[in-house]
Amino acid sequence: MTSNALSRIFAALADPTRRDMVARLAAGDATVNQLAEPYQLTLQAIYKHLKVLEDAGVVSRPPGPQPRTVRLEAEVFDLMDKWIERYRRQAEERYRRLDAVLARMNDEPGNESQEQKGSVA
Amino acid sequence: MNAIAETTIEADPKVPVIRMSRDFNATPEQLFRAHTDPELFAQWIGPSGMQTRVVEWDARTGGSWRYVSTRDGQEYGFRGCFHEVRPDRIVQTFTWEGQPDGVALGTLWFEDLGNGRTRLRTQSLTDSFEDRDAWLASGMKTGVDEGYAKLEEMLANGTI
Repeated sequence: MTSNALSRIFAALADPTRRDMVARLAAGDATVNQLAEPYQLTLQAIYKHLKVLEDAGVVSRPPGPQPRTVRLEAEVFDLMDKWIERYRRQAEERYRRLDAVLARMNDEPGNESQEQKGSVA
Repeated sequence: MNAIAETTIEADPKVPVIRMSRDFNATPEQLFRAHTDPELFAQWIGPSGMQTRVVEWDARTGGSWRYVSTRDGQEYGFRGCFHEVRPDRIVQTFTWEGQPDGVALGTLWFEDLGNGRTRLRTQSLTDSFEDRDAWLASGMKTGVDEGYAKLEEMLANGTI
């Protein structure tokens, strides 16, 4: 996944209407008319939003009988899960360093760490 | 010896927020000190493979902070304000100087679990979903492997 593809996904999901469409598609596939229903938007505007989502690879409209349904591309969200997992691991790694700092504080009964016990390299 | 549950994370789908939670074998007072004493803070904030130098640090309500992380001669500056500092909660702003228009609002809670254990909960609110997701994606770039190497080292020399 290139950073360009990433920015396209970011941009696609930055719009509240598109995010809402994605959230609704997460519950199941839908036709364009079904998708358009809750919004005060022309069908043309809905198609525009869909095009952005399609170009970013967030949704697809597989060929089939009319009306074609819009489907969420699960891999995109697997990818987002991966970013989140990496971010989480980075935080976990930071907190393990904090564990070590806290353990050292336990070794030093004084309130201020004026004198080091020399136990830590 | 200390079976600590790993960090949990949640990226809110409705607001550009990242929430995390982690339990520690420490009192709220110790955890608070590790977040407000600049010497202690610099020891763990990382990222690993980087040296962190605290340049400015006034961990009081209305105070400000700035630290610089260095790797291979490249410096990365971070700064912000301590909006409110109290024993159970810290509210602060956070900016990476490489992108000075982006300001995140961070809240940390220290929850006493009893028996010398404390839950740290953090929430980070960014300006936009793009900024939030860019933060999340930045997790990809920083060396996860390096982190594990450092962790192994700490396990080996008994600091964990």
